[in-house]
Amino acid sequence: MAMLEVSDIHTFYGNIEALKGVSLEVEEGEIVTLIGSNGAGKSTTLRSISGLSPPREGSIRFEGNEIGETPPQAIVQLGISQSPEGRKCFQRMTVRENLELGAYLRRDTSQIRDDLARVYDLFPRLEERERQKAGTMSGGEQQMLAIGRALMAQPRLLLLDEPSMGIAPVLVERIYETIEEINRQGTTILLVEQNANFALGVSKRGYVLETGRVALSDDSSALRDNPDVQKAYLGG
Amino acid sequence: MWDFISKYGLIALLVAFPLTYAIIDVAGGEGLSRIGNNLVAGLSNGAIWALIALGYTLVYGIIELINFAHGEVFMIGSFTAFALYSVLGLTLVTGPLGLVLGLLVVLVLSMLVSGSLNVMIERVAYRPLRGAPKLAPLITAVGVSFILQNVGILWFGSSQKGIPDLIRAQQELFNIGGVEVSRADVLAVVVTIPLVYLLTAFVNRSRLGKAMRATAQDPEAARLMGINVDTTISVTFLLGGLLAGAAGLIYALYQTNVWYFQGFTAGLIAFTAAVMGGIGNLRGAVLGGLIIGIIQQISDNRIGNEWTPAVVFAYLVLIMVFRPQGLIGEETREAG
Ligand SMILES: Nc1ncnc2c1ncn2[C@@H]1O[C@H](COP(=O)(O)OP(=O)(O)OP(=O)(O)O)[C@@H](O)[C@H]1O
Ligand SMILES: [Mg+2]
Repeated sequence: MAMLEVSDIHTFYGNIEALKGVSLEVEEGEIVTLIGSNGAGKSTTLRSISGLSPPREGSIRFEGNEIGETPPQAIVQLGISQSPEGRKCFQRMTVRENLELGAYLRRDTSQIRDDLARVYDLFPRLEERERQKAGTMSGGEQQMLAIGRALMAQPRLLLLDEPSMGIAPVLVERIYETIEEINRQGTTILLVEQNANFALGVSKRGYVLETGRVALSDDSSALRDNPDVQKAYLGG
Repeated sequence: MWDFISKYGLIALLVAFPLTYAIIDVAGGEGLSRIGNNLVAGLSNGAIWALIALGYTLVYGIIELINFAHGEVFMIGSFTAFALYSVLGLTLVTGPLGLVLGLLVVLVLSMLVSGSLNVMIERVAYRPLRGAPKLAPLITAVGVSFILQNVGILWFGSSQKGIPDLIRAQQELFNIGGVEVSRADVLAVVVTIPLVYLLTAFVNRSRLGKAMRATAQDPEAARLMGINVDTTISVTFLLGGLLAGAAGLIYALYQTNVWYFQGFTAGLIAFTAAVMGGIGNLRGAVLGGLIIGIIQQISDNRIGNEWTPAVVFAYLVLIMVFRPQGLIGEETREAG
């Protein structure tokens, strides 16, 4: 049994069917990539898993439990957290307050302190900016904050929606090194990217979404060698 | 430059009103006691507006809705308080100890009634419309407000109802250089200051307060943190209602009458105060309430109370022209 099993989910925004039967699996310990062009349904897939846009049909199982109709706060409690598209940091709160909100459901104060230290270790920039308002930070810094904040929930499965969006190539490399490090420390990761080069570099397997359906799934290396994928998503 | 003008120009504008009359008084040989009395009465009236204004601003801050029924929640607070006088046997001859204890009970109960009423209103009239166009909950808010006014009429009739002056509100408690401080003035301040302090401490420091601020800034991100947004919104309505209930009791003791329509007028003034201070901002609501209280008092006493609404709204317009975001509001809700 895989850690996360998404089977044939259909998710709607009003009457618009954004996901038309998506299935995917994530094994414990893996990094899995979800690629696809604009509007393919990548973010919607993550939103469905997090409970923000629950699927109308199909099932999502996490560690054996059905979570398709579970509210978002309970899903965080079960061990899934997300760094969402557009980062969504709390703009008028400090870096520190944002990180503390990531641990909102936790009561283990000393463990939280350890995790804060760990996040600062992964992203030293955040420690330097501890007292700065999130809204005044650069895009890259806010991205680090969003990932750090999601880690503060102590997730077993971390969902990352386009962590490289709007970030300079040098920094993208750093962020991906950190993502690998987070995975090495024991967190399973489901990663969404449009620019798939880095993502397929760190992940074991990948799925290609096209207009609400899974068009292709394979090992990341095979996807990188696939001419169609290269043409559509690897800028080659 | 514009910043400088808008900030200090506004302060000058606000100070000019009492200052002019102070100068006129002194020049006429009257001394400062008259303006002092205006300020004291203004502050204690303003404290009531501040308590109500906080309810508007809390709710607006979290779901960007003007809770038009909030004035009526305050009115029901006053009605509850009055009804409890007879339940608890509080009369003009009740001894001081009994009166203090009795009124504390009345305070807690009217707060709870208004608080739960506000929570129920959100549950029934606003929550089902979340995600609907903004105009929809605005209309249901107006509807709830009419319904509650009718409840008020059924309860105590449609004319103003005089109620016992339990604390002899206007009796002077002490006097500083000709400035009289009445029992009602002290009561308003003694109830308002701790409540405002508790509220700000709750919002700034407690776990739920953090959840409220997070929800206000980005409800979706808040849900991703594991915050139960529905509960958080209910708590916000509860807090606003509790304060309105407290204001209801102070008003009943102060004015010694209750009326089904009192919430409409008070609500309008308090809403103005919230906008003046910067809607969504707690300190702004308190500041706006106090400023309006003072302006009203000076205008009542010096210009004539038929002019007071015009004076208050002239001030509102001026402040809005200089600072559209209100006195200490943020430029936009997202930035700053
Ligand atoms: N709130 C919404 N209301 C209506 N339709 C939406 C909403 N959000 C997304 N959609 C639609 O659902 C489809 C999938 O959107 P989604 O955001 O999942 O795409 P995506 O793969 O993440 O794209 P991108 O790479 O641009 O982020 C799109 O057609 C989009 O227009
Ligand atoms: Mg997306």
